Amino acid sequence: MNSKLISYNLEFKQFGKEAILIEWPQEISETILLDIRYFVSEIKKNKLQYISDINFVYNSILVMYDSQQINFKTLKSILHNLYLKKKSTNNVSKFVWQIPVCYDEIYGLDLHFLAFEKQCTKEEIIKVHCSTNYLVYGIGFLPGFLYLGGLARELYQPRRVEPRLKVPKGSVGIGGTQTGIYPKNSPGGWQIIGKTPISVFNIKNERPIEIEPGDKIHFFSISMNEFEIIENKCKAGIYEIRKEILDG
Amino acid sequence: MVKILKSGMYTSIQDTGRVGFRNLGVPLSGAMDSVSAGFANALLNNNKNDAVLEITMLGPKLKFFEPTLIAISGAELSPRINNNSILNNKVYNIDKGDVLSFGKPIKGVRSYLAVKGGFQTEIVLNSRSFYDGITSKNRLVENDFIPIIKVISNKIKTTGYLKNKNQFFETSVLEVYKGPDFELFDKKEQGLLFSDLTIGNNSNRMGFRLEEVVLKHSKSIITSPVLPGTVQLTPEGKLIVLMKDAQTTGGYPRVFQLTEKSIAILAQKLVGSTFNFKLILN
Repeated sequence: MNSKLISYNLEFKQFGKEAILIEWPQEISETILLDIRYFVSEIKKNKLQYISDINFVYNSILVMYDSQQINFKTLKSILHNLYLKKKSTNNVSKFVWQIPVCYDEIYGLDLHFLAFEKQCTKEEIIKVHCSTNYLVYGIGFLPGFLYLGGLARELYQPRRVEPRLKVPKGSVGIGGTQTGIYPKNSPGGWQIIGKTPISVFNIKNERPIEIEPGDKIHFFSISMNEFEIIENKCKAGIYEIRKEILDG
Repeated sequence: MVKILKSGMYTSIQDTGRVGFRNLGVPLSGAMDSVSAGFANALLNNNKNDAVLEITMLGPKLKFFEPTLIAISGAELSPRINNNSILNNKVYNIDKGDVLSFGKPIKGVRSYLAVKGGFQTEIVLNSRSFYDGITSKNRLVENDFIPIIKVISNKIKTTGYLKNKNQFFETSVLEVYKGPDFELFDKKEQGLLFSDLTIGNNSNRMGFRLEEVVLKHSKSIITSPVLPGTVQLTPEGKLIVLMKDAQTTGGYPRVFQLTEKSIAILAQKLVGSTFNFKLILN
C-alpha cells in the first residue's frame, strides 16, 4: 500500500528561548502521526549539531536547540524547507508488539466492576481489549508511558473517583477513552483490568524502550502460570517481546 | 568518599540534567536553581555540568573521607565545618575527617554544595541527576556513601569568593515568555494571568502548584510536549509551573514559559510566597 503524499500546513511556535514547537492540524489521526514520525527521522538524519533533543506526541513535535548556535528564525526556515522537500512517508519500518497480559482478578482489580458497569462478562471485556492493534501516539508523561489510540468505544470508562495511591508497575488499565500500561509503580486513577509481566522500559538496556510512536501494540491474554513463567524469563533477561512488521 | 550521617529534608545529586531522552518520556531533571548550582561549580573551576548536592531547607550532615575543596551557593542554610560557621559563595579546604552540617534556614530554599571535580555517582543516560526509576536512588539517606575525587588542597588557591549583597532570587517578579497556547485566550483573560500568585502545597521538583483560581476555562489541547518552566492552566482555573522533574508531555494549555533564571528564582521560594509574572519578548 502506498501512502499518499500529503503536505500539511505546519505552525512553528517559539517555546521559550531554546525550543520550537511544530504543530500539525489539531486532530488525532494516524496519517498525521506517520507524517510526524517521517519528519522526525528526516531531522535526525541531517544530524544538525545545534539540536539537543526532539520529542513528539499526537500532532506536535518539540525541537530543542542551542540558542548560542542558531536562532529561532533560521532554524524555523531550515526545518520548514526540510519538511517541504519530503518525498514519501514510508521511510521507516513499523512493528506490532505483542504484549502478554494476565487478566486474572488478582491483577485486574477493577475488571469485576467494569463488567458490572458494562453488563457483560469479564471474558467479553478481555476479548474486546485483545481484539485491537493500538496505535502508539507518543511516549511521555512517565518514562516509557505509551499514549495508545484505538480503544473500543464500548470499553470507555471514566477514571476511578478515588485514585489509587499506588498502582503496581505493569498494570494495564482504562482511563476515559484511553488504555495503557503503567511503566512504574505510581499513583493513578485508571480502572485496572490486568497486568503484564514484561517491562516495556528497561533502564539497563542500551535502548531502554524499543517501541516507537507509529508502532502498534496488541495485547494477548495469558494465565497466572504463564505470567510467572514470562516474569521469570524477564528477570533472567531471556524474554523477547514478539513483534511483527506492520504493512503500509 | 563522603558519608551521609544525616539525610536532611530532601538531598539529591543533580547536574545540568538528562538531555536527549525526551522521546523516551524521561524528564530533564537537574538542579532546580541552575544559577546557584552554576555559581558553586564556577567557584571551584569545575565544569558547568559537574554534579552537585541539592540541599532542601534542612540540610544533611556529611563526613569527608578524603581532602577536597568545597563551595556552597544558593539558599543560606547556616552551613558549618566541624561546628564552625562558614559562608556561602566562598571556597573552603576540607580535610579528611571533616564534618559538614547545616543549621537554621535563613534565606531561600535550595542550597548547592559543590566539591572539586564534582560528585562521582553513577551516570545513567548521560546524567548523574537523581530521578526515581532512572537512577537507583531518588534521594540520599543516612549511611549512603558518595564518591568524590581526592584533592590535596594546599596546592590550590582558596581565595575564590563571590559576594552579592542581595541574592538574585530575592525578587517577586518572574520573567516569562508567552507559552504556545497563550493566544487561545482573549486579552481580558490573558490579563488575569498577571494577578498576584501564591505558591501552594504539593510544590516539589516536579512542579509548583499555585493557589489562586485565576481563570476557569474549557479550552482543551491535544496532549503535547511540555518543558521545565512551562506554566499550565488547569480547567478549574489554577496555574501549575512545571519544574525540573516534570513529565515530558501534558494536556493543559501552556500559557507561559519561564526563563531559566525565573525557574531558579521560583525554586528558592517557600510555600506561601507571592509573586507576579512579567511578560518579556522572545
